[in-house]
Amino acid sequence: MLRFEPRKNRSKFLEISAPIIAVIMTMIFGGLLFYLMGKNPFEAIKLIFWDPVMSPTFSEYSRPQLAVKAAPLILIALGLSFGFRANIWNIGAEGQYIMGALASGSIGLALYPLQAWYIFPLMIIGGILGGVIWAMIPAILKIKFNTNEILVSLMLVYVAEQILALASVGFLRNPEGLGFPGSRDLSKYSSAANPELISGTGIHLGVISAFLGVILLTYFLSYHRTGFHIKLIGQAPRAANFAGVDLRYIIIFCLSLSGGLAGVAGMFELTGPAGLINIDFNVGYGFTAIIVAFLGRLNPIGILLAGVLMSLTYVGGELAQFMMNIPAAAIQVFQGMLLFFLLSTDLLVTYKISFKTSIRK
Amino acid sequence: MKLLRVSLLVLSSLMISCFAFAADMKVGFIYIGPPGDHGWNYQHDVGRKSVDEAFGGKVETVFQENVPESADAERVMTQMALSGADMIFATSFGYMDPVLNVAKKFPNVKFEHATGYKTADNVSTYSARFYEGRSVIGHVAGKMTKSNTIGYVASFPIPEVVRGINSAYLAAKAANPNVEFKIIWIFTWYDPAKEADAAKTLIQQGADVIMQHVDSSAIMTVAEEAGVYAFGQASDMSAFGPNAHLTAIINGWGPYYVKRVQQAMDGTWKGGEQTFDGIEAGMVVIGDMSDKIPDSVKKEAQAIADGIASGKLHSFTGPVNKQDGSAWLASGETADIGTLLGMNFYVEGIEGDIPQ
Repeated sequence: MLRFEPRKNRSKFLEISAPIIAVIMTMIFGGLLFYLMGKNPFEAIKLIFWDPVMSPTFSEYSRPQLAVKAAPLILIALGLSFGFRANIWNIGAEGQYIMGALASGSIGLALYPLQAWYIFPLMIIGGILGGVIWAMIPAILKIKFNTNEILVSLMLVYVAEQILALASVGFLRNPEGLGFPGSRDLSKYSSAANPELISGTGIHLGVISAFLGVILLTYFLSYHRTGFHIKLIGQAPRAANFAGVDLRYIIIFCLSLSGGLAGVAGMFELTGPAGLINIDFNVGYGFTAIIVAFLGRLNPIGILLAGVLMSLTYVGGELAQFMMNIPAAAIQVFQGMLLFFLLSTDLLVTYKISFKTSIRK
Repeated sequence: MKLLRVSLLVLSSLMISCFAFAADMKVGFIYIGPPGDHGWNYQHDVGRKSVDEAFGGKVETVFQENVPESADAERVMTQMALSGADMIFATSFGYMDPVLNVAKKFPNVKFEHATGYKTADNVSTYSARFYEGRSVIGHVAGKMTKSNTIGYVASFPIPEVVRGINSAYLAAKAANPNVEFKIIWIFTWYDPAKEADAAKTLIQQGADVIMQHVDSSAIMTVAEEAGVYAFGQASDMSAFGPNAHLTAIINGWGPYYVKRVQQAMDGTWKGGEQTFDGIEAGMVVIGDMSDKIPDSVKKEAQAIADGIASGKLHSFTGPVNKQDGSAWLASGETADIGTLLGMNFYVEGIEGDIPQ
C-alpha cells in the first residue's frame, strides 16, 4: 500500500529548492509537449520564462506588465490566505471582485461628470464595501445556519455575474454608447480614473496597494493577536477553542478581509486597466488567486512571488502563442503542469511516501 | 556522451529551422475565442489563412486566441506590435478602446477593428451587412415553418442583433403572413449550454424553425434531435445537423483581409475608413441550400440574394412601421445607414420588448 507519512525532520534545503525543481520539471515535460506538437521547445520555453523579463524587444514593456497582471491576483490571494489558514473557504472571490467593481463603478458613474477630489477615495470605499457585503452573505449564513461557505460563496459568483450583465446592458450602460453593452470609460473620467503612476509602465495604484498589502499582512500575521488566532485555528482547532478564540469573530474577519481585498482589486482594475464595466469584465482573477494563495503556501511573501510567477506564465504564454502559433490550450496545459509540479514537490517535502501496509487501525 | 551529441544535434537543427525564413510583412490577428468554435472566430481564422495563401511566403500571419476584451487585449496587441507586426486585425467589438490606445503608441502599425465605430489615422473599421443574409434565410424560414412559429436565439440587445431580427422578420412575414417570432435573449455570444436551453424552450413553445445570433453549433444539434430546422451561423454547420441544417449565413472575411493586406504592401492603405460590406463584396455569403428546401423556395431565396447584391432590393424597404405603430419607412423608401447602425426598435408585428 502507498501511504503518505509526515516527515519528522523537514529539510530546509528541500523546502527552498522544491519550487526550483518544479519549474525545471515543467520545462522538461512542457518542452516535450511542445516538441511533440512540432514546435521548437527551447524557443517556446525561452519565450515564456526569459523574454518577458530579459529580451530587448519585449522586456521594457513586459516587466511592469508582469506587476500589473499580478497585482489583482496578489491582492485577492492575500485576503484568501487568511481564511484558508483558519479553514474558512471563500471560493467566491470572483463574485466579490465583480461586486466591488460594480459598487465603485456605480458611485463614479452616478457622480459623472462632476470633478472633485473626493470621488476616487469614495469609490475605493465603495469597492471595499461592495466586496465585504457580498462576502458577508456566506459569513452570516455560516454563523446563523451553519451553511457551507464554499457552496454559498461559489454560487454567489454566478449571481454577481448576472448582476454584472444586467448592469452592462441596463442601469450602468453608457447612454452615448449607441446601445452597445458597457458603461462609460471611467479611466477617461479624471476624477474617477486610476491612471498609470509612472508613464509608459502601466503601474497603477492597485500595484502599489498589492505590495503594501504584502508588507502589512506579513506584519499582521506575525504580531497581531487575531493573526495569531487565525494561525492557531488552522494548526490546532481544539487548542484554539480552549484558548477562547471566538470562531464567529474569525469567520467575519476572514471573509471581510478577503471580500474587501477582492472588492478593492476589482475597483482598481475597473478604474485603471479595464476602464469600463462590461459583461466580460471578470476574467477569472478570483479563481486564479486561489491557486496563487496555495502556491505561495498561504504566506504573504510567497503569494507575492507566486503572483508574479503566474503572471509570467500569462504574459510569456501569450508571446509563445503568437510568436510560434502555439494554441492557447497548450499554454494552459503548460500552466497546469507548473501548478501540478509545484504542489506535488511541496507534498513530497512535507510528506514521505511509504510502501508499508499499515497495521494500526 | 552519445545522448548529449544527439540532443545537441536536435537542438541546433531546431534552432536553424526556426530562423529559416523572414517575410516582408507580418500581420497579427486577435480572436475573442478559439478558432475551433466553428463560428465567429473560425471564420476569421479562415480569412487569415486566405491571406497566407494569397501572399505565400511574403506575408507571415500570427494569431492569438482567447483574448479577453480588457487590459489583456491591450497587452497582447502591444506585444504583437513590439514583435514587429506591421498590421493587426482585432476581430471583436470589445477591442475598440484597446485598439485605439495601442494605435496611439504605434503610429506606424496599421490597425483594423471589426464591428467597431471609432477610427484613427492608423485605425480603420470593418463590418458586414449580415442583415442582408438574414433577409434570405428569413424568407426560407417563413416558407419552411408549418407551425408558423419561428424561434430566435439572440445574444445582446445591440443594434447589430436587433437589425438582424427585424430583417429576418420582414422577410419571413413577406413569405408567410401568418408567421410569428418568439425571441429569447441569452446575453452571451458563446455558451453552448445556454444556447441549447434556449432552443429547447423555443421548440416547446411550438417553434419548428430556429434562427440564431449566437456563435456555437449547439442549437443545430438540438434542432437535429428535435426534428426541426435551423440555420448555420457564421459558417456552414451542416455537420452538426445534416437534416436540420437549411442553409447558413457565412462570414466571408478572406476577400477583405487579402485586399487590405495588399493595400498595406502597396502603400495605399488608409486609416479612418469604415467598411460595411454585404453579399455583393462577398463578406456575407449564403451557404449551400439543403435538399429539404423545395426548388421554388431555393429559387426565390437566390433571387433575393441576387437582388440585394445588385442593389435592386434592400432588406428594409417601406412601407414599414415601428413596433408601436408609428411610421418609419414610407412606401418604397429604404433605411438610411445611420438608423441601421443605431437600430434600437422592433418593426411592427414583432411581439415583446427589447431588453433595456
